[in-house]
Amino acid sequence: MPQQVKRLAVVFLILGGILIGARHFLVPKTFGALGHYRAAAIDLNASKPLVYAGHEACAVCHPDIAKMHDQARHRTVACEVCHGAQEAHVDSPGDHKPPAPRQRGFCPLCHGYDPSRPTGFPQIDPVSHNPGQPCISCHNPHAPVPPHTPQECSACHGEIARTKALSKHAAVPCTTCHQVEEKHKIAPLLSTPTKPQAREFCGQCHSQEARGSPEITRVDLSTHGERYVCWQCHYPHSPELEDTE
Amino acid sequence: MSTQPNNPQNEPGSPEVRQDRRDFLKECVAASPLLLTILQVAEGAAASANDDTYKPEEHYYGMGIDVNKCIGCGRCADACKTENNVPREPFYFRTWVERYVITTDGETVVTSPDGGIEGFPSSVSEKGILRTFFVPKLCNHCADPPCVQVCPVGATFITRDGVVLVDKDYCIGCRYCIQACPYGARFLNPVTHTAEKCTFCYHRVVQGKVPACVEVCPTGARIFGDVRARSSPLVRFRRFNEIQVLKPQLNTTPKVYYAHLDGEVR
Repeated sequence: MPQQVKRLAVVFLILGGILIGARHFLVPKTFGALGHYRAAAIDLNASKPLVYAGHEACAVCHPDIAKMHDQARHRTVACEVCHGAQEAHVDSPGDHKPPAPRQRGFCPLCHGYDPSRPTGFPQIDPVSHNPGQPCISCHNPHAPVPPHTPQECSACHGEIARTKALSKHAAVPCTTCHQVEEKHKIAPLLSTPTKPQAREFCGQCHSQEARGSPEITRVDLSTHGERYVCWQCHYPHSPELEDTE
Repeated sequence: MSTQPNNPQNEPGSPEVRQDRRDFLKECVAASPLLLTILQVAEGAAASANDDTYKPEEHYYGMGIDVNKCIGCGRCADACKTENNVPREPFYFRTWVERYVITTDGETVVTSPDGGIEGFPSSVSEKGILRTFFVPKLCNHCADPPCVQVCPVGATFITRDGVVLVDKDYCIGCRYCIQACPYGARFLNPVTHTAEKCTFCYHRVVQGKVPACVEVCPTGARIFGDVRARSSPLVRFRRFNEIQVLKPQLNTTPKVYYAHLDGEVR
């Protein structure tokens, strides 16, 4: 074998040795054990300390509140939503006292009126709803109910009331179209209000023959959208006609 | 030892010593299976003592989001920052809430002031709104994640339980993954200068707890669980709702499943 080849072979061997040595020291130990990453990074992520203890931790020491809370409307609201992250309190209850939001600003984060919120979610206008009073002076946050039987429909159906108040139907009381039993105010789902069933109901005000103010929009019921009932096109709480006038 | 040379029996080359060594080696070989068995049994006992340890191969996680239930309170974004020590500045989010307003003019306005943590000031006149709703967003924990594909050093990866994680000790902060994520779910931590993202609260999940955002969601709009379980809240959610994922045309196979998602949501 020529000497040059032998020397070259030695050089390659040394370079190869350096490469293997460098790889041994530079590539992290667990790299490639589970894939193209450091397996130790999983433990790194998993070993972080908890900050939120989880609602199941609270019931161990506070069974009375937990029992009341779990049967009330706020049962899906975990303790730490209002009382903050409390793993520290679970670890040493004496040293860390959970805060309780007693001021007025906190509850409207969920219950302040917002048009983007889902229909039916209980919402109030924080400016006009008993201004100045803390929410907890009337509502028990662990088992919230209206403090007295509501007299106005808007107490529960705020979104509809607000929409209607801005519409052409603002002056029409809810009971013109809906018959409501007294029971509905106490057990809402056991007695639901009625809804108009036929086009002729709207026709009482809006047909050509109807008596009343000439400003009310009139249509000929026999030709106007005869295959449909009125509320398939018009939303009665905010009739769309107002925009086109 | 100083006494060794005086003892004739221990002198090298003496036949008795050679015999002893051979016997000793023979005994060793003969005993080795027994020894190995004992060692293995001991190891097995140690493993079974930690039998309740977390087994990643038995899980495959995903999240369900019911858009109809989201009230936009922002508690999820707030809890996420608390649990994971995310910088409080309004540019860094692992999860956040977007408000969509589709006007009667056909315009779509998306806002997310401070991720929704402080609520949403009403910016549009109520009269011009056609539809409006909130959409919580987070890392989609894609089964085919572009961020993992582009990482030049293997610092981001999918675990066996289907969670996309970042190795913060190994990340070089090149921001390539932040560019690659089509959902904008990653950011560069201003303190550590490494990429950061939602981990499904991996440290909570391995302890059998749910992620912090799911824990605090007051309306149950977020559902966490095992995608492959026979029965879990997530499986039920996916069975009884029409499910969509974000940007399905990108073939990233997201594991965050949306119900009642509007077509305008990107």
